[in-house]
Amino acid sequence: MNRTLTKPIADDLIRPLFQTSIWFYAIVFAAATVVACGAAAWGYQIWFGIGVAGIRWPVFWGFYLVNFVFWIGISHAGTLISAILRLVNAGWRRPVTRCAEAITVFALMIGAMFPIIHLGRPWLAFWLFPYPSARDIWPNFRSPLAWDFFAINTYLTGSVLFLFLPMIPDFALLRDRSTGWRRKLYGFLAFGWRGTTKQWNRLESAMQIMAVAILPVAVSVHTIVSFDFSMAAVPMWHSTIFGPYFVAGAIFSGIAALIIAMAVLRKTLGLEKYLQPLHFDNLGKLLLLMCILWAYFVFAERLTVWYGNEPSEMAVFWATQRGAYAPFYWTMVVCNFVIPFIILANPRTRTILGCVIASFGVLIGMWLERFLIIVPSLAHKQLPYSWGSYGPRPTEITIMAATFAGMVLLYALFSKFVPIIAIWELKAGLPSRLDTATQTEASLLATRLDSESFPPESGAPRGARP
Amino acid sequence: MKAVYGLYDDPHVAQQAVDNLRAAGVADADITVISSEPFDHFEFGHRDAKTVMPWVAVAAGAVGLALTYYLLGASQRAWPLVTSGMPIVPMWTNLIIIFEMTMLAAILATVVTLLITAGLPSRGGKMYDPEVSDGFILVGVENPSDVDRLEPALAIAGGRVKKIT
Repeated sequence: MNRTLTKPIADDLIRPLFQTSIWFYAIVFAAATVVACGAAAWGYQIWFGIGVAGIRWPVFWGFYLVNFVFWIGISHAGTLISAILRLVNAGWRRPVTRCAEAITVFALMIGAMFPIIHLGRPWLAFWLFPYPSARDIWPNFRSPLAWDFFAINTYLTGSVLFLFLPMIPDFALLRDRSTGWRRKLYGFLAFGWRGTTKQWNRLESAMQIMAVAILPVAVSVHTIVSFDFSMAAVPMWHSTIFGPYFVAGAIFSGIAALIIAMAVLRKTLGLEKYLQPLHFDNLGKLLLLMCILWAYFVFAERLTVWYGNEPSEMAVFWATQRGAYAPFYWTMVVCNFVIPFIILANPRTRTILGCVIASFGVLIGMWLERFLIIVPSLAHKQLPYSWGSYGPRPTEITIMAATFAGMVLLYALFSKFVPIIAIWELKAGLPSRLDTATQTEASLLATRLDSESFPPESGAPRGARP
Repeated sequence: MKAVYGLYDDPHVAQQAVDNLRAAGVADADITVISSEPFDHFEFGHRDAKTVMPWVAVAAGAVGLALTYYLLGASQRAWPLVTSGMPIVPMWTNLIIIFEMTMLAAILATVVTLLITAGLPSRGGKMYDPEVSDGFILVGVENPSDVDRLEPALAIAGGRVKKIT
């Protein structure tokens, strides 16, 4: 009885690892080509100097820092969402968590590259590391850049472990089902996992503790990224609201990235049975909530600046509202609020396609938001003689495009070697597991699991009218 | 290694096998249950549930906190940098790094405790059957004193008994 239920699940989720379509090679080739172009552009910048980028006085933080903040924000998709859903024991999380956690790890890796690219001389990056050196360059722990080092590394370490630990049982399953080099590889990664009750209990305890620990770390990371700005006396940066504003924006863009990734995986790997409309509906609701929260933060920030009427801040304010940056600003408002709100507030349009359209809007809008936080403020500092402008150069644009392609490449390769849905977690959520629970527990849990983990094939969201 | 075990398709039957082994006089600690998923809703899934892991994480966090507090202060006093009127050892800014290191210590300690208590990594040589990955639940005893006595306890309808000699 157990096997008839669980074996097809394992077979379905393992299949993409052993069967490769031509599309996989096409995607990998295309993404790898763009990544190679980005690497060449970076090499060009290293060879000829940082002057080939558009960053110059007074705007020394351009595309590279915009992308740094953007990708760190995207990284909030996974571990944070996964940890919250794990802690509240949301049944529908099971097919979603690994997709989300993988985004976190890859986005953090990509985001952390940008400060190094921005240095111009990456081989000296270790000068930034906070260690006492013989060169009399001692770490200044009062610098937000030093805080970044600690926060990003803690979050990256925690996220990698949070992703890896639940993969161990699946590696063991793959070890037993594969041959040749794959068997060796998965055998090594499985750490000799057998699946004793002790191992399962320890793994579940560890995941609970890590979920508790990783949540405040995730919040702290983007708060600290916001401190890179708010600790500086630059117009519209020196604000107490920046911490929560950045965190809300990060979760917002993170959920959008997760929805897009899930939709792509669903189609390309044939996971329609597992990533159902219900999952998109639930994530769509979360995205709607964050959309409203984001609008609230933008309003609170803008109102305070406008009411204060401080000249240097008003220069930035008007530059974004009706000046040179106004087209970007209003595009951001449309992409981040108008489009997602209209689509997601209506249950009829909160479909998979609707969620994906809204998510694309959010990603574009959030990237523009990062740009609008960084560039107009640096271009309009307190003294008008130091005003200037910024325009990205091909080098920066190529490197940026390469990071998006890099994300696609990493995700494609990951889904080729690891089941993108945690097999054991999905199996553990089956309604048949409840048979020996007490009558009351069973009826409560069965209702939840039947409707949430495995809704009817139609996949109609709960509450949706027939 | 000697072992006798049964492979069961159904967790209810596996639970019965565990109960039978107990009835046959096998101590709880000697019964091994192996599965490809956790069975939280069955009694056998709760064996070995007690763990000191949360306390280890808390203790490691406290150590991380104390150590970072000391190292930060010591570094700052060793090379006193004056930055915009802030004290040499400013607690407001140090708290950020102390927090991160506290959480990192707790996370790393959790993982180390998991690996140690779950016996990972393991080089094998213990009772296992690859059919577990196909959804079967393995219930057995390693190095039993009397295999013949245990075989009937594991031979239940819906299961297969195997022996390693």
